Amino acid sequence: MKTRMNPEDIFRIVDKYDGRHGAIISILEDIQAEYHFLPREALKIVASRTGRSLVDICALATFYRSFSLEPRGRHMVSVCMGTACHVRKSPDVLKDFEQHLGVRAGETTGDKEFSLSTVNCLGACALGPVTVIDGEYYRNVKKGDVASILEHACRAENILKMTDDERIFAVSVSCPNCNRSLMTHEHLMDGYPMVRVTASFRRKHGWVRLSSLYGDYRIESEYDIPRGAVVHFFCPSCHAELRSGRLCADCDAPMIVLLVRGGGTVQFCSRRGCKEHMLDLVGEETTGS
Amino acid sequence: MITLTMNGTAVRVEKGSTLLEAAQFYGFPIPTLCHMEGLSPYGACRLCVVEIGDGTRSRLVSSCTYPAQEGLIVRTASARVVRTRKMILELLLGSCPQSKTIQDLAAAHDVRQQRFRQEYEDCILCGRCVRVCEEQMMAKAIGFRGRGENRSLGTPFDIKSDVCRLCGACIYVCPACQLRCSYTEPEEAICGGCANLSPPCIQTNKFDDLMCYLNPCAACEIVPR
Repeated sequence: MKTRMNPEDIFRIVDKYDGRHGAIISILEDIQAEYHFLPREALKIVASRTGRSLVDICALATFYRSFSLEPRGRHMVSVCMGTACHVRKSPDVLKDFEQHLGVRAGETTGDKEFSLSTVNCLGACALGPVTVIDGEYYRNVKKGDVASILEHACRAENILKMTDDERIFAVSVSCPNCNRSLMTHEHLMDGYPMVRVTASFRRKHGWVRLSSLYGDYRIESEYDIPRGAVVHFFCPSCHAELRSGRLCADCDAPMIVLLVRGGGTVQFCSRRGCKEHMLDLVGEETTGS
Repeated sequence: MITLTMNGTAVRVEKGSTLLEAAQFYGFPIPTLCHMEGLSPYGACRLCVVEIGDGTRSRLVSSCTYPAQEGLIVRTASARVVRTRKMILELLLGSCPQSKTIQDLAAAHDVRQQRFRQEYEDCILCGRCVRVCEEQMMAKAIGFRGRGENRSLGTPFDIKSDVCRLCGACIYVCPACQLRCSYTEPEEAICGGCANLSPPCIQTNKFDDLMCYLNPCAACEIVPR
């Protein structure tokens, strides 16, 4: 997630629509896609640049559920509050989630790990009360299940914690755009969860799994990637391209950037076979947030 | 000019005027809350409902936003209208039991008790302040946020607005927070003191405790001080 807002980005987004009156929602959508939330300063810039009042823009930004004024967390917890779930005590489940995470519905925990939200119906009423975490459905959730569900949801990260060999370390990464965790527990490499992204190269588009061990270049992919091919990586959640803007020092291919849990970024070259990479663990502190 | 039938009387109004303006011009009383002269019609409080149309095709519309049409049949005080208005007033009272404006309206429309749970919202989202800020003060410092249950009023991000000049117009026009009903138990009963000659100070006999807003005060004329 971009933590610092760049006014130039907002100017570019606003100017793209040449001051059309009806484009305000499109502008907000683009900002949301860029930062995955709407920073206050960005809204002020949009107001002054488009000549609309800040009140109108805030009214729009708070009206639609797809806009968020707060940064979202790595894991998205959605508790269903639809009628069928409601009569099966989903408010109790929500209360339990709120207690465990220490936040109210609609908020994000201080460490940006979990965002808690309510939804009105997931269309899975027979499974109710339903909770969805990162696209995974948990059925018949009861009050006491919450702790184990949260444990289950971040098990990819929990496996990483068990590293005891200091020479090998695995990184837990998330999307720099939406902060969603990219770790998948379903596929392991040497017992460590893998990093799941989507990739496209030479008009082919499919999934790619990378080893999460730092300095390990093994990958699994839907299509064979020939050596020397430059691959575009995308986040499977928000579909943003994971480019850092830097070019590889060795081969001039674009560098891929991923957020490392606990602050910092990891970058690696998008060319198959090129081993250029860097880990920037203090990156967060120097750019400020 | 447009000719329409209002309460059985043929009335002629100018093109473009609303049913409320027509009724007020001809002297048919319609209570209003969110309507204010000089502000654009908004239709938020629904208190100005009137019945239009005939027989089974009749329906309720807010007169402050409905334009007068040729040959329209309007009833401003039919049984259905009166019943609806009473219900609207009870709901408004439920959200804002302390408002003198609403208490007076309720008393004047024969609402005698509080049936609904009291919310103490202090805002009925009538939008008067938003409109006066935008249309009269040209500031646009406050507006609505959120939607549905979570709709609220305020400045963007709830911090002091750069465009607010602290003119106070929003407070001046507010029907909910401007005046407090002086009755000691507004949440239990409708005081109606200002409307029905039994002001609260007579019942409670505590003149000193009351901040009296009654104007003109009936009690002060009846009870020798």
